[in-house]
Amino acid sequence: MRFPTRNIRRFSISSCLLAVLLLAVSTAMATERFPPPDFTDHKVPATIVPAAPGEWFQYLDLAVLVLALAAASYLAIARRSRRGLFVLAIASLAWLGFWRGGCICPVGLIQNVTLALFEPAYALPWTAAAIFVLPILFTLFFGRTFCAAVCPLGAAQELVALRPVRVPVWLDHTLGLLAYVYLGAGVTFAATGTAFVICRYDPFVGFFRMGASANMLVLGACFLVGGIFVGRPYCRYLCPYGAILGIVSRWSKWQVKIPPERCVQCRLCEDACPYGAIREPTAALLPVDRSRGRRRLAALLLLCPVLIAAGFWLGRQLEAPLAMLHPTVRLADRISLEQNGRVEGTVDASDAFRNTGRSAEDLYREASTISSRFRWAGGWFGAWVGLVIGAKLIHLSIRRRRTDYQPDRVACVSCGRCFWYCPGEQARQGWIQNIEPVMKGS
Amino acid sequence: MNDNNEKQKLGRRAFLTDALRVAGALGIAGGAAALAARKGQSGQLVWQIDPAKCIACGNCATHCVLDESAVKLVHSFTMCGYCDLCTGYFRPSPIALNSAAENQLCPTGAIKRTFVEDPYFEYTLDKQLCIGCGKCVKGCNAFGNGSLYLQVQHDRCKHCNECAIAVACPSQAYHRVPADDPYLLKVRGPQG
Repeated sequence: MRFPTRNIRRFSISSCLLAVLLLAVSTAMATERFPPPDFTDHKVPATIVPAAPGEWFQYLDLAVLVLALAAASYLAIARRSRRGLFVLAIASLAWLGFWRGGCICPVGLIQNVTLALFEPAYALPWTAAAIFVLPILFTLFFGRTFCAAVCPLGAAQELVALRPVRVPVWLDHTLGLLAYVYLGAGVTFAATGTAFVICRYDPFVGFFRMGASANMLVLGACFLVGGIFVGRPYCRYLCPYGAILGIVSRWSKWQVKIPPERCVQCRLCEDACPYGAIREPTAALLPVDRSRGRRRLAALLLLCPVLIAAGFWLGRQLEAPLAMLHPTVRLADRISLEQNGRVEGTVDASDAFRNTGRSAEDLYREASTISSRFRWAGGWFGAWVGLVIGAKLIHLSIRRRRTDYQPDRVACVSCGRCFWYCPGEQARQGWIQNIEPVMKGS
Repeated sequence: MNDNNEKQKLGRRAFLTDALRVAGALGIAGGAAALAARKGQSGQLVWQIDPAKCIACGNCATHCVLDESAVKLVHSFTMCGYCDLCTGYFRPSPIALNSAAENQLCPTGAIKRTFVEDPYFEYTLDKQLCIGCGKCVKGCNAFGNGSLYLQVQHDRCKHCNECAIAVACPSQAYHRVPADDPYLLKVRGPQG
């Protein structure tokens, strides 16, 4: 980060010094090889640059976000309107996606918040903080309504989920871990000031802006085509903000409910959900199974710290390869290779470094500081991955009693597709009179 | 009686979870607010090139997410020497010092050369044609006053959270700066 005021001060100090030097030595500056002419009747034009975007745009973005979140929560929880959510998703895709270029995005802001936590010189814009926090607060009360119809990435995938197949449960759970790992990676790289990987590998932003590298456009197209058959692949298996919202949603006050009154166990909602988020009722267990389950849970609780420790140790081994992703470390490596004569020629980066006149030792010192930061960052990242795996195993071995078909609090994105499939909802809407025959038939 | 007790218990439990939830919400919001307010200024940030670090490598033209880069040439007229043989305008060893295409360095012919008075020529930019390749910047820095330089144009910049050019920049010349002072412009030094 740069500090404009300090820079100006430095500039004025150095210009004073320069003036003194010029007076003393009276040699011309190297850059001004040809003194600008003094014209008699020609006016030297002024340098004109286009204005920066107005401050009001941020307030508009924030207002749109709050309105969309409120509308999505109302439509999902109070109104129970799939049609409304669908229209809102299209509107969000048009406004936040295509019109605003996909860049008021809480998904990427995870990294800005992390950088602000770890890098004291980075100033987090308060609108960014608000945009990051608002969906979390809404999720704490209404579940993942942000994912349902506000997030343009989610909306793009929501629209293409036409022929969803059911992902096998074991695969769904395993791939679901990726989102937490990706969150850990995004935080690690942001905290060490390496890169904002979540933004760099955002698959859909290229479509929103009508321009990106060919690789990213192909990746985005793969996600969209894959999304026809596997509902919301990015949201379910990669989105790091979805991972955060999923955790928050577990404790939300309200949540999308399928049957308005009671469940007739028709399983239509399970078929309707393209995201595999409906959980079936649990069967009663035999006492022998119960004690076996209890023993397994105890073993897994003991395994979890082992996994964390192993992850920490493994992560620390990754110091060197992880550090090489940092531009400064990479530059230091290149300079040392060039100085030791182990590579021929120079590259733009090493030329640029030599132009600055900085000593190589100074660069090496900075690189080794960054490198040592990665020893800890890699360790914590590994520990996080261990914790994620351990927590998943524990979570899978805890049995919860369910008597009805219910949306999973973590996985449900509140899209509302299940509403119309539920006979109870149809009765509430007055489309059918009596749901008792359905019960008998099932 | 028992039923009543049960209801009371439920009510107390709901109240406690609600209280926890509100406390959590306040905690998250307060934490973010503290993080944002930690520095005095925390307005919007925009990308900026430090012309002193820029080596005009040409990545600005090719790495921007926009087809036509958001980076374009800026000309500091007060620094310009108004040279007849402008090394930012002419290719090395041009055939003749005129505006014929084979003599020009600019691949899109975005720089206009107009006669002012003997021996001075003024070089102005047709911004619509500039692709931000920096060929002229390199030429001007090498043999001229360095009055041509590249800068992010904020009417075009999409303000990506991770600027693709900043990632590709070999001299780490890209910085995020507060939006109220978005341009770092070259001005004539004190020697003039």
